[in-house]
This record gives sequence, C-alpha cells and structure tokens, in this order.
Amino acid sequence: MDQKDIKFRCHGVQVYYGDTHAIKDVDVDIEDKTVTAFIGPSGCGKSTFLRCLNRMNDTIASCRVEGDIRLDDEDIYHRDVDPVQLRAKVGMVFQKPNPFPKSIYDNVAYGPKIHGLAKNKAGLDEIVEKSLRRAALWDEVKDRLDTPGTGLSGGQQQRLCIARAVATEPEVLLMDEPCSALDPIATAQVEELIDELKQRFSVVIVTHSMQQAARVSQKTAFFHLGNLVEYDDTNSIFTNPQDPRTESYITGRIG
Amino acid sequence: MPVIWIIVAVLAIAGAGYILGRQRALARAGGDRRELHSLPSYYGSNVALKVAVPSFLLLIAWMIVQPFVVENAVSGMIPQSEIDEGSSLGLVMAEVRRAATGLENAVAQGVITEDFARNARADITDITQRLKDAGQIVTSDITQTILHAAQRYRLLSATGDMMMAIAVLLVALAGALWGLRESVPLFRARNAVERVMRAILVAAASVAILTTLGIVLSLIFNTIEFFRLYPAWDFFTGTNWAPSFSGRGGSSELGVLPLLWGTFYISLIALLVAVPIGLFSAIYLSEYASKHVRSIAKPMIEVLAGIPTIVYGLFALLTVGPLLLAVFGKEGLGWMQAGTAVMTAGLVMGVMLIPFVSSLSDDIINSVPQALRDGSFGLGATKSETIRQVVLPAALPGIVGAILLAASRAIGETMIVVLGAGAAARLSLNPFEAMTTVTAKIVSQLTGDADFASPEALVAFALGMTLFVITLGLNVLALYIVRKYREQYE
Ligand SMILES: Nc1ncnc2c1ncn2[C@@H]1O[C@H](COP(=O)(O)OP(=O)(O)OP(=O)(O)O)[C@@H](O)[C@H]1O
Ligand SMILES: [Mg+2]
Repeated sequence: MDQKDIKFRCHGVQVYYGDTHAIKDVDVDIEDKTVTAFIGPSGCGKSTFLRCLNRMNDTIASCRVEGDIRLDDEDIYHRDVDPVQLRAKVGMVFQKPNPFPKSIYDNVAYGPKIHGLAKNKAGLDEIVEKSLRRAALWDEVKDRLDTPGTGLSGGQQQRLCIARAVATEPEVLLMDEPCSALDPIATAQVEELIDELKQRFSVVIVTHSMQQAARVSQKTAFFHLGNLVEYDDTNSIFTNPQDPRTESYITGRIG
Repeated sequence: MPVIWIIVAVLAIAGAGYILGRQRALARAGGDRRELHSLPSYYGSNVALKVAVPSFLLLIAWMIVQPFVVENAVSGMIPQSEIDEGSSLGLVMAEVRRAATGLENAVAQGVITEDFARNARADITDITQRLKDAGQIVTSDITQTILHAAQRYRLLSATGDMMMAIAVLLVALAGALWGLRESVPLFRARNAVERVMRAILVAAASVAILTTLGIVLSLIFNTIEFFRLYPAWDFFTGTNWAPSFSGRGGSSELGVLPLLWGTFYISLIALLVAVPIGLFSAIYLSEYASKHVRSIAKPMIEVLAGIPTIVYGLFALLTVGPLLLAVFGKEGLGWMQAGTAVMTAGLVMGVMLIPFVSSLSDDIINSVPQALRDGSFGLGATKSETIRQVVLPAALPGIVGAILLAASRAIGETMIVVLGAGAAARLSLNPFEAMTTVTAKIVSQLTGDADFASPEALVAFALGMTLFVITLGLNVLALYIVRKYREQYE
C-alpha cells in the first residue's frame, strides 16, 4: 500500500470519566482518504475515543482528556482551537439516531445554514437533495420533505442523520455504529456511501460487525478494556492477527 | 357516650378482630400457613376492615343526619305566633339550640341537676338566671315555648346519640362476625383486602372531585341568582363599575369590562416582566451555569415562590410605588398621580411570577434530550445557535404551557392588586393610573355590609365565575400543550 497523509495523529491519549479510566494510553494515526474501523467488545471505549476526535467529550462535565491529538499537525486540544470550528471540520453520526424535531428539509439544511454553505435557496435545495441522495434516503422522503424528521422510522432517521452530517462537507466523518438500526439493503447503501466518501475525506467508523469492518475499511483498530490492542491494515488484522486477544475477538470467542 | 369513645371502641373491636381473624385462619389451616390462600395478616386485615369501614361510615352518616331530624321534630313545637316581627323560624331555632346547649353544659358543670333541667314547669326567670350564673350565653330571655323546645331538643339529641352508639357498635360486631366466619383457608383474603383498599382510594379521589363540583355548583347557583336581579347583558358589556353603597339602592352599575381590563392590563405587564427574565434565567441555569452555581441559584430563585403574596403587596405599596412616583410622578415626568397604579402592581406581580416561569421552563429545557444538543454541536453549531435553533424550538410548547400557567396565576392574584393597584375601576390605557381587578373587587363586594341577597353582593359570584372560566380555559390550554409536547419524546 502506498503511504498516505496522516489526518489524525494521536499520542498517549488518556480519557477519564471521573475516576473511571476509560481510554488508556492510546497511540493511533488515522490516514487521510481512508476508512478506519474501530472494533472491540461493548464498553471498551470505542465511542469515547471517537468523541475525543471532535471534542464532543467537552460536553460531558465529568470527562477529562489527556495526551496529544493533532489534526493536520494542529493540536485540537490547544486553548486557541475553537471546538465549534473543529466540529464543522470533523462531522459525526451518533450511535443513536437523533434527528432534530424539525422538518426533514430543515434537519439536513441545519449545518449548511449555520456555516453559510449555500448562496441562496436554490443552492440550499441542491445541497439537501444531494445529501439525502448520498444517504440513500431521497427516494423515500422526496415527497414529504416538510414533515417532521422525528416521524421517520429508526433506520430512516439514522440515514437522515448521515445526510445531515454529510451536508456540512466535513473533512473527517466519525460514524458511531451507523448501521446498527438498518436493514441489509440500507446498510449496503450506507457502505457504498462510505466508499464514495473516502475518495475525498477520511471516515472513522465504529462497528460491531466484523464483516462490515472487513468490507468497508482499509485500517482496523481493535480496542479492549480501554487499550488499543492492535492497529493495522484491515487485511492483516483479519487474516493474521498478532495479539491473541484480537484473534479471540474476531473469531468470536471474547466480546 | 361521647363520639371519641365510640371510635375507640370500634378500633378496639377492629384490633381484636385482626388478631382473632389471623388466629382462626391459621388454626383452620392446621397451623400451616402454606395451606392458606393468603398470608395470615390478610385474614386479620380483612376482619379489621369489615369492622371499621361500615361502622365509621354509619357513624359519619348518622352525625350528619341526626341534627336535621331533631331540628325538624322540634321546630314543629314552635307556633307561628311565637315568631317575632322581623325574625324567622331559623332565628328562634338558633335560640332553642343555644338554650339546649346551655342546659347541657350547666348540668355537666353540676350547677343544676338533671331533673331540674328536665322539669317542664320550671320557672323561666329562675332558669335563665341560673344559666347566666353558670356562664352560659343566653341572649334574650327564654320563653316558655323556647324552654320546652330546648328540653325536647336535649332529650331527642340524647336519645339519638345513644341509638347511634348502639347501632355503630352493633354494626362493628356484625362486621367482626362476618369477617371471622370468612377466615377459612380457601377464602381469598388478599383479594378482598385489595378490593377494600381500592374502594378507599376511590373514595378519597371522589371527595376531591365532589368538593370541586360543590364549589362550581355554588358559584353557578349564586351566579344565576345574580343574573335574575341584574341583566347579564349589562354585566358583560357594561363599561362602568359603580356599585351603590347602600346595598339596597338598585341603582348600581355593575359592568365587568373595567375590571376585566384591569386584570388583563396588570397581568400583561406582569408577564412582560416575568417571561423574559424567567426564561433567560432558566436558559442560563440549565445550559450555561456550572453545577455549583446552579445548586445555589436555583433554590434562591425558588425562594421567591415561597414569599406570601401579602409581602409582595407590602413591597409594592411601600417600595415600588414611591420609587415609581419619584420618577414618573409630579416631581418627575408628571404621568403618575399616586403610588398605587397598574405599573406598580404589574411590576411586583412580574417579580412574583419569575420563579414560576423559570423553574417550569428549566425543567422543560432540561428534559430536551442531550442527544439533540450533541447532534447540533456535532455539526459545528455554537452553544447559542444550538439553544436558539434546537433546544428552544423543542421546548417551546412546554414553555408556552408554563407561561399560560403563570398567566392564570397572575389573573387570580389579589393581594398585590389590593395594595399596589388601588381600588378604582377604570378603563384607561395609562399604566400609571390606578385600576383594579376582578379579584380585588370580589373581596371588596363581600367584605362590605351589603345584604347577601343584594345584587351588589351576589355580583361577587358572577365575577368569580367569570374568572373561573377564564383561568380554567387557560389551564386546559396549557395542559393540552404540555401533554402534546410530552408525546414527542416518548
Ligand atoms: N458519560 C459517561 N460517564 C461515565 N462513564 C462513561 C460515560 N460514557 C461512557 N462511560 C464509560 O466508559 C467506558 C467506555 O464506554 P464507551 O461508550 O466508549 O464504550 P463503547 O466501546 O462505545 O461501547 P458500545 O459498543 O456498547 O457502544 C464504559 O465503561 C462506560 O461505562
Ligand atoms: Mg459506543
């Protein structure tokens, strides 16, 4: 594999929730234009680490992050960095779908409006349509864009959240189990989207499905009890794991 | 036998019933509690409830009915001729009751003997004197008829009390027997107790509902009575409020509009003060304040809600009024004549409402799921963008509900108005003029010495009814909105 640029450089990351030590000394480099998968048993800290990358943990009072995380060689936890600006660059799709209690259209238009991405109404319409198409939702909702986003089914809501995140044109997209509520068809569509997104930016995806990790990602990180056990090319991880814990997990013996 | 002893006796029977029922059920099961359908204590409770519930119900019913029966029987003894000019049977009967109580107490004190109290031929002046000596209140001199009636009253009451005691105790014993007979292993005591418990709870709920119903009915009847004396059209469309003070003048003008306008105007100013301040402090407390600040500031704001409104009234009268007068009065801008004005009452009432708006809004804003905020932050929105575009719209219906509840408080408020806004009913746009509200006028119409049957007094009920309908409407609307909002996240 050719050497790609490094998007995120993380070194010695520690995360504490009060006294709980949730992430223990993690070093990881996330490449640009690559899909990186985080796998590991429930509660091992995948979401926690993902939320460090766009400083979403700032909203949790008890949470403390230590160590060095650099985006394009800039320390994102430096006091001069505006987390709001950062999150515009590093978008996120959450584990549970959380559409705003607004219309479908306004849900998708929310980010573009805040960041002034569209010149006029027509431009906004275009962004909304494009984003919904990329999230494989357009055909289902094109006739009811002004109905509330909360009225959609769980899987549709999740795709709406993906469309919402894609609409702001982030450089990095963090996806926390985006397919856990989706049927196989929608899952395939989202995976297609991820594949397309990686042409332009890097995607980090948390997943509980080994097959999905193997299908969509080029790099895989295996977390266990807050430690990053192994991080390598997806191929190597699944064919030739170095750590016995990784092997047990991907063959289904721990987790 | 005094009522307290009856109660004690019933409770004792119930207690004994509990123990016996428990024992009997156990004994019938051969001492093996697994043979019983329910736990032994349920058998005991079943007996105790069967003793207590019917006998207490009978006791209450008897105590309510007996005075009517006795009164009826005795009032027949009073001939029409005995009733003075300008008096009524009711007044004479009150005299009879007083005399009867006097005799009763005098006997209890040992001043007169039982025989003397019963002596139908007793000397009236003597008996009056003795009663007065015994410290009993006897207003006019007792006549022969009244004495006889009083003696009969005593006799009937005593018999009634005796019969009541016997009846209640019999019912209690019958209940005990009934419950004990049921205490066999196959009897489903647990279900029986469950049913009685449900009945008790239903009864408690009914009391609350019936009371509300009673209040509404009394309002309605008196309102109808008022509209018989005073045309409804004039009441609802009259722009002048000028009750005549004699109370029998019939020349009163009782138009509700100036009062409604005063109520509306003062409430409006109060809400203009309370809604922004309350809402902003709620937003600060729930979104920006640190845990520490919140734990201090929230209780402090809520202390405002605990201040009695009369204290707010004093604050309006003694502090806010003079302050406003200094700025807008003759020395200042010259818009204000006196310290009591719509503005004074409105501002103070606004302060009173702040904790309502803020603490309800705070709860509502807090119940907006964190996931929504995260979603907005995750798209690169700032805190205030998130609040304005996601949190507040999501909380809006609930906040509207909170404001409507605050409005119905404002409309019902009295003391601040009495002390802060003056007493003049007036249709005016100047907020520095004295005005008054529906509630304040209800108080002044009923505390005067007007005859209760006059329109000047009865109008209070019509005013109360108007107010009730308005606040009920607001509350229903608020509840409807709040409930609709709840469904969104469930
Ligand atoms: N807000 C929080 N407060 C305190 N502890 C937390 C919080 N969020 C997560 N944790 C703890 O941190 C650890 C890691 O949690 P995290 O949500 O990152 O796990 P995860 O790998 O995403 O699990 P899952 O696959 O179930 O989503 C867990 O032990 C969890 O209990
Ligand atoms: Mg997770």
